[in-house]
Amino acid sequence: MAAAFTVYGATLRSRLMLGTSQYPSPAILAEAARASGAEILTVSLRRESARLKEGQDFWRLIRDIGARVLPNTAGCFSVKEAVTTAEMARELFNTPWVKLEVIGEADTLQPDVFGLVEAARILSDDGFEVFPYTTEDLVVAERLLEAGCKVLMPWGAPIGSGKGLNNVFGLRALRAHFPDTPLIVDAGVGLPSHAAAAMELGYDGVLLNTAVAKAGDPVAMARAFGQAIEAGRAAYLAGPMAPRDMAAPSTPVVGKAMLT
Amino acid sequence: MTLIVNGEPREVAASTLAEALKALDYETATVATALNGEFVPKRARGVTPLKDGDRIEIVAPRQGG
Repeated sequence: MAAAFTVYGATLRSRLMLGTSQYPSPAILAEAARASGAEILTVSLRRESARLKEGQDFWRLIRDIGARVLPNTAGCFSVKEAVTTAEMARELFNTPWVKLEVIGEADTLQPDVFGLVEAARILSDDGFEVFPYTTEDLVVAERLLEAGCKVLMPWGAPIGSGKGLNNVFGLRALRAHFPDTPLIVDAGVGLPSHAAAAMELGYDGVLLNTAVAKAGDPVAMARAFGQAIEAGRAAYLAGPMAPRDMAAPSTPVVGKAMLT
Repeated sequence: MTLIVNGEPREVAASTLAEALKALDYETATVATALNGEFVPKRARGVTPLKDGDRIEIVAPRQGG
C-alpha cells in the first residue's frame, strides 16, 4: 500500500474521500463507506424538522462508521451564506475542517472563484481549515493558498456529471506548479478509471459521491474505487513511461530468425 | 410572537432563542442555529433575544457530497 499523506495535520492512509448523499439506504451508505476504506466522509447541514428529526439518525450513523467528517457548504451561492454555514458546521460537527463551496452557476455548479477566495480568507483567518472546491485555474489556486488554504480541490468535471477529468492538461499543470500542496480531485468522477487517472497524474486523493451512491451495487463500486485509487497511486510512484506517437517494438528486433 | 422558523411562520412564546428551541421541541436535538442570517453559537442562545418577525434557521447533520 502507498504511504500515508497528511492534510491539516491529519495523517490519512486512504486517498479516497467519500460523499454520503444519494445512497439507496443508510445501511448501504454505511457498508459502502467501510468497503471504500475512506477515512474522510463529506456531510452537509440542512434544515431540521422538529417532527421528523432526520438529522439525528443520520448523525448517529456517521459517528458509528467512525470516519472523520468534512462538512460542506454545498448550495451556497454567496460568501455570506458559505461563511455562516461553515460557522454552523464547525459547532455542529466539532471540526475546523470545511469543504468550501461557493457556487457561481446553477447548471454547471461551477465555483464562483472570486467569492471562494474571499470566503476562504475569512474562514482561514477565523481558524478554519479550508478545503476549497475550485477549478484547475493556477492563479485562483495561488490566491487560495495566499488566503490560507493548505489543500486544493480542483474539479474533474461538473458535480454529479460523471464525466471524469475534463482538463487533464490543466490538472497536470496544477500538479507541476504546486508540487508540495496536497491536491485532491473533487467532483465529476464517474468511474474508477477516472480516479486512477487522477492518481496517476500525481494527485494526492480523490473525492467522489455520486459514482458510488448511484452505482447498481454501491458497496462493490466503493471497493472498486478504493482499489483503483491505490493502483493509480502506485503507478504514479512507479514512474509511468513517456508516451510516443509511433510504435516501438517491445520484442527485440535483433536476433529475429530470417524466415523469408 | 411570529417567528419564521426554517422558512415557515410559527407562533412561538419565547423571549430568547434558547426558549424558542425548547418551545419548538428541539431542546434535545443536535442542531446549529442562525438568527436573521447570522450564526448564533449554542452558548449564546440563552442571551439572544427574539422579536416579532425574526428569521431562525435550525439545521442538523445531513447527507452531503
